[in-house]
Amino acid sequence: MSAVVVRGLGVTIDGAVVLRDVDLDVAGGTWLGVLGPNGAGKTTLVRALSGTVRHAGTVAIGGDVDRRPAARARRLAVVPQTPVIPPGITAFEYVLLGRTPHQGLRLSASLDDRRRSLGVLQRLELERFATRDLGTLSGGERQRVVLARALVSDAPVLVLDEPTAALDLGHQFGILELLAELQRERGLTIVATLHDLAMAGQFGDRLAVLSEGRLVAEGTPAEVLTPATIGRWWGVDATTTVDADGRVDVTVRRRAADGAGRATTPTSGPEGRRSGSVVARGEGFEPPAA
Amino acid sequence: MSAPVAAARPPVTVDDRDRVAPPRPRDLTLPLVALGLGAAVAAALVGLLVGPIRLPVGAVVGALVDRLPGAEVAHGLDAASTTILFEIRWPRVILGLAVGALLSGSGAAYQGVFRNPLADPYLLGVAAGAGLGATLAIVTGTASLAGGFALPAAAFVGAVLAVLATAGLSLRRGRPSGPAALILAGVAVAALLAAVQTYLLQRHADSLRAVYGWLLGRLSTVGWAEVRLVLPVLIVTAVVLVLAAGRIDVLAVGDEEATTLGVRPGPTRAAILAVASLATATAVAVSGLIGFVGLIVPHGVRLIAGTGNRRVVPLSMLFGAAFLTLADVAARTVQAPAELPIGVITAFVGAPAFLLILRSQQGRA
Repeated sequence: MSAVVVRGLGVTIDGAVVLRDVDLDVAGGTWLGVLGPNGAGKTTLVRALSGTVRHAGTVAIGGDVDRRPAARARRLAVVPQTPVIPPGITAFEYVLLGRTPHQGLRLSASLDDRRRSLGVLQRLELERFATRDLGTLSGGERQRVVLARALVSDAPVLVLDEPTAALDLGHQFGILELLAELQRERGLTIVATLHDLAMAGQFGDRLAVLSEGRLVAEGTPAEVLTPATIGRWWGVDATTTVDADGRVDVTVRRRAADGAGRATTPTSGPEGRRSGSVVARGEGFEPPAA
Repeated sequence: MSAPVAAARPPVTVDDRDRVAPPRPRDLTLPLVALGLGAAVAAALVGLLVGPIRLPVGAVVGALVDRLPGAEVAHGLDAASTTILFEIRWPRVILGLAVGALLSGSGAAYQGVFRNPLADPYLLGVAAGAGLGATLAIVTGTASLAGGFALPAAAFVGAVLAVLATAGLSLRRGRPSGPAALILAGVAVAALLAAVQTYLLQRHADSLRAVYGWLLGRLSTVGWAEVRLVLPVLIVTAVVLVLAAGRIDVLAVGDEEATTLGVRPGPTRAAILAVASLATATAVAVSGLIGFVGLIVPHGVRLIAGTGNRRVVPLSMLFGAAFLTLADVAARTVQAPAELPIGVITAFVGAPAFLLILRSQQGRA
């Protein structure tokens, strides 16, 4: 059964169409990586799924189309790209905020909420930071605490917006490996926007590509990440190899100085540097010779 | 690559969970409540004991206990002293406790909701609206109507109308917008109303003294009338703000994240601000514009007890009650038999006390 079903999703912000006619199905327990150049609408897709932006069409989470925050929050947890860290809050208090969808108005956190929060901190090996001021933790530690807040809600669907954006290579891998473990352990359904094609090729069960607000490709990593598609949507030369598990290794190369593949260089398109998506409309595009 | 289909999710490390006691967030704890209540009770006792006429401690405590149902204590207070205690000092102390709790609790709520440490309960035009309402009542000579209650009524109506105007002006396409729009609308409304008030005062220079006296704030009571007006508002405010304090903590992560945590930021903010504004308008109507309490008391509590509104809001109400009651004692004794405006005391004592707390905390950090 699909954990996330999106039909005819459209978002217009201040008169500009940011997403149009997006249909998506994410099977329960799978990881969908959402790719696309800057401005393609990835973050807006996250916001539409999490119910923080007005949209046309329907979003069903676990078969439920109720978009009221309290209902949505119990089914879908969000790790934002740049979380707001309240000044002075401890890591434990921050994780406890993730229990909000299960709390009414109450004077203090329940023992059950506190136990669950500690349990998630332990699972992510963060318990030694529990009483530390969250603002004093390193970027990698802080990102794991934010992930802990999402996990403690017990929502079956986890949506992450660029979860590795501010991290170094080792921490990027660490977070994504952790997500993969949690996916297996808890049967989580994961929707994560990703910048890094190499990471996407390693971690997504399926990948979707957004370009100029439209869904232009959806499939397995081997189907979506090919030299031709990478050239078309990102305007760079790449080679890919698919291993036995279906994972894709993506290697990006600098363009040759002799002008090979010139049709896709960023400056050659009619709209300057945005030619990556311009070429996607098929204007003078030829796949670079491998 | 294969992943299990969503089914029963195993609970997180159950064994560990039960072995280790989870830490406590900075919620309200019993010792803290006891501390706050103790401060309020102690301040109330000081308020009852201190005044132009000395009342002995034992007799006052005895008379208080004597009033409890079922208790009979020989206290030895004569009739005149009993009247002073129960008809003059007692209602005034209760009013001080109530106004202090209302202003401090509202201040803590405003600062939390606006995520702005400089927010005070007068931010959305309550002060300017009440000031204009009171000025209108005084210059038109209607202040003394209805047994003197026309003045607080005018101040209350002015305060409520000003907040409604602020809320209305901040709407964007008929929907609530963010906190910044609300603050800016409040500044504009306050400036406009202050201008009208200044103009009225210019035209009625003879009323200057009366208006000025009101603006500086005072806790004078006529028996129990004011207390009966304020107590129901105090109870509603205390219940709502203390229960909603956890929601204020959720709003601290911003509107978008609050939504993903299941809280609707607009309606939540509107409800909390409505109650806090009503509380402030009521306090101002019976006591004038007492400055600084809504700002320094919550900050003092935060510096000593830490952030977290489940702790800050109720403790602000308790310590605010104590602070204003003590300030009133100072106001009526420093220049006895004349009374100083209580707003002068709150600022004069509050500012250095606040700086002291701030500096000692910085030294510790």
